[in-house]
Amino acid sequence: MTNEEARIGVYVCDCGFNIAGVVNVPQVVGYARGLKGVVICREYKYMCSSPGQESIQKDIQDLNLNRVVVASCSPHLHEATFRRAAEQAGMNPFLVHMVNIREHVSWVTKDKKEATEKAKSLIAAGVARVVRHSPLERRQVPVRSDVLIIGGGIAGIQAALTAADAGRHVYLVEREPSIGGHMAKFDKTFPTLDCAACILTPKMTAVKNHPDITLLSYSEVVAVDGYVGNFKVKVKRKPRYVDETKCVGCFECIEECVYKTAKFPSEFELGLGMRKPIYIPFPQAIPLVAVIDPETCIEFKTRQCKKTCVAACGDRGAIDFNQKEATVDLEVGAIIVSTGFHVFDAARMTNYGYGVLPGVYHALEVERLAASNGPTGGEIVLRDGRKPAAVGIVHCVGSRDEHYNPYCSKVCCMYSLKLAHLVKERTGAEVYNFYIDMRTPGKGYEEFYHRLLAENLHLVRGKVAEVTRIAEAAKEEGKLVIVAEDTLLGGIRRVPVDMVILSVAMEPQPDREEVRRMLNMSCSSEGFFLEKHPKLAPVSTMSDGIFIAGACQGPKDIPETVAQAGAAAAEAIALTSKGFITLEPNLAYIEEQLCSGCQVCIPLCPYDAIELDREKMVARISDVLCKGCGVCVAACPSGAAAQRMFEDDQIMLELAGVLSR
Amino acid sequence: MMQTEEFQPRIVAFVCNWCTYIAADAAGVARARYSPNVRLIRTMCSGRVDPQFVLGAFEKGADGVLLCGCHPRDCHYSVGNYKALRRYKLLKKMLSQMGFEDDRFRLEWISASEAEKFRKVVEDMTERVRRLGPFKPNGSSTPNGGK
Ligand SMILES: Cc1cc2nc3c(=O)[nH]c(=O)nc-3n(C[C@H](O)[C@H](O)[C@H](O)COP(=O)(O)OP(=O)(O)OC[C@H]3O[C@@H](n4cnc5c(N)ncnc54)[C@H](O)[C@@H]3O)c2cc1C
Ligand code: SF4
Ligand code: SF4
Ligand code: FES
Repeated sequence: MTNEEARIGVYVCDCGFNIAGVVNVPQVVGYARGLKGVVICREYKYMCSSPGQESIQKDIQDLNLNRVVVASCSPHLHEATFRRAAEQAGMNPFLVHMVNIREHVSWVTKDKKEATEKAKSLIAAGVARVVRHSPLERRQVPVRSDVLIIGGGIAGIQAALTAADAGRHVYLVEREPSIGGHMAKFDKTFPTLDCAACILTPKMTAVKNHPDITLLSYSEVVAVDGYVGNFKVKVKRKPRYVDETKCVGCFECIEECVYKTAKFPSEFELGLGMRKPIYIPFPQAIPLVAVIDPETCIEFKTRQCKKTCVAACGDRGAIDFNQKEATVDLEVGAIIVSTGFHVFDAARMTNYGYGVLPGVYHALEVERLAASNGPTGGEIVLRDGRKPAAVGIVHCVGSRDEHYNPYCSKVCCMYSLKLAHLVKERTGAEVYNFYIDMRTPGKGYEEFYHRLLAENLHLVRGKVAEVTRIAEAAKEEGKLVIVAEDTLLGGIRRVPVDMVILSVAMEPQPDREEVRRMLNMSCSSEGFFLEKHPKLAPVSTMSDGIFIAGACQGPKDIPETVAQAGAAAAEAIALTSKGFITLEPNLAYIEEQLCSGCQVCIPLCPYDAIELDREKMVARISDVLCKGCGVCVAACPSGAAAQRMFEDDQIMLELAGVLSR
Repeated sequence: MMQTEEFQPRIVAFVCNWCTYIAADAAGVARARYSPNVRLIRTMCSGRVDPQFVLGAFEKGADGVLLCGCHPRDCHYSVGNYKALRRYKLLKKMLSQMGFEDDRFRLEWISASEAEKFRKVVEDMTERVRRLGPFKPNGSSTPNGGK
């Protein structure tokens, strides 16, 4: 092919006004027509549309083209489109090259003349390079059908059920003793105010009962190796000191613990409720298996406890003080990451008094107070047991604030309204919501807002400056005073209340960096996992075979989380259903005649893909192990190591091209 | 005062497919404006960049070369960027012995989300190389207008 004369077609896209509004496309076309090997150059409004693709296909056939260059948007967007088009017209897809004149030229260059010149140089480079392309075959590798899901909140639960219903075997890894995530902590969910447990518990039970789901709770993924279709995963299982296969979740051990009352802060109750050293985080926990906390258990501290729990467990013999941390090795084809979010630490905004003033709560704590399975049995009361007569809810705490998070957490206005309703319903208190903008877009959401307005909620538009105990008037004595600017009335308002609820932001998980590195993903600037494309590939990541769902991708509510989880499951199912996948042919190879056997390349390969053929004394690269980074190629002193799609001469010609103008 | 036309340096940037190329795409999506002097060449990993590409760029008329990859520990191929860093240091030493000014060759780690950093690096690099003036192969480049 390389000896055959190049017959190149160049296609320059207007992308409506996106490109043509800045780049002088007719001039670029005229220029490209003069480049060596170019047989035809066309301009079209939308190259990626069907007529655009068809014009390329027609030219390939009618004009006998053997190379195609498309100058349009980023190859990350449409390379696959144009390769497929060429393939359908009988051309090897790797004889197509894309030149990015939208993201890298028209969208970033002010001056039209400069943009046009830059576009010309990039096209010159593409034309020069494509001449050296050769037809390549994609690799086919087998794909495992099992799916790993990391994080068992509503996102992970939904994705697990969908994938398992499609016949995949799912490993669901959750680091807490129970699945359920944040949703398990809520009493009601907006906008329907349906009981959270009533919709979540059946799904959690379905996870437990599904024959195709292996639930690994109280576990964490510690290493991921391999590549799309063939990931090797290490899961660390923390010891519960209770044998999961023997425990029946009867709670008898907990009753009989030598501690007669629960006196240790419960993690699940955010410290508002207490637990014993042996506990089940909440009555609907899945798996319904007790856990022993070695930090507080007397047996672990003194080895001299009466072990009344063991006696209570009796014949079942589930309690095992000698349980050790265990490692499980898994091999899966696809991974869904659904590690959720973390609530903003309200203590960071010292002017609101969280952690100092006992009457100041954050929203998740109040969710627990409102929950019928919570520490107060659903009574919304202060720490001293009093019912509040007036409650202030502060929106946007840690959101839309350049000192903390510039973004909107999307759910806070809605959950603030929900909490306002619950507070009114349970206590009859006067409720004041302090908001900056009321954001209620979503199906049935604006209606929910109007419903709350009818409940005689006091709405104050303005940012809260501080929450203080310092009274300036008799009616403020013994109260918490919320000081805010009322931007509708104009002027400062002081509202005395008994309870303050801070509507905290949804933030990325504190361990996102470790998770991201382990899975080779990227984070957006806020720290949420980055999708491959915000519109067209919202649950995919730049790492093939790794998908994201739920709040780990960005703040979102339950309906959106569930929809995304379904989408991620569908992607994982699609990936693992054919039994094999095709991979890009950008692998390294060795030209044996040139290889001196110096072995410089061998230790450089991150995947141990290179070995020495001792008979011929040349290096050899395994197609299965090579991932195509090209590190060995750049290091080879003899020019023997080469990489398909990124050959030295292709890059050198591209260089000459970009420097030609 | 007569305004002589400003020198337009030509800069080649070798960028990694997984981070800086995406950051450049994101800069486009954000409509971040930057000078058109930097031209991108994509490789799968910064570790693919052979010193001969850098030398080749100068030989073919580049006034500056930028090498961009994923942040340390973030390389898609785990350690390709460390190999790039090692080569960069060696090459840098060699170039300086050959009389190249420091600003002509630069390494930057730019992740996929750092569109703004990409823009800043491009602007800064362009400005610095502009101040150095055109690259002359024998190491004696002429500063721009003596300012
Ligand atoms: C106060 C408050 C009230 C809300 N009220 C509502 C409402 O009424 N209606 C509504 O639609 N939305 C509401 N939301 C939003 C809702 O909480 C989220 O949409 C939803 O919880 C997102 O689910 P998720 O599964 O993505 O994340 P999460 O619920 O955060 O679940 C993530 C799970 O992953 C686990 N995990 C994390 N990291 C790891 C790891 N490395 N390894 C293993 N497991 C891990 C966690 O332990 C957790 O179980 C509210 C949010 C807040 C803060
Ligand atoms: S570095 Fe090059 S010459 Fe040396 S063994 Fe590897 S391929 Fe052969
Ligand atoms: S290209 Fe990368 S993965 Fe492939 S053999 Fe060379 S160093 Fe190893
Ligand atoms: S993949 Fe980006 S530097 Fe290696």
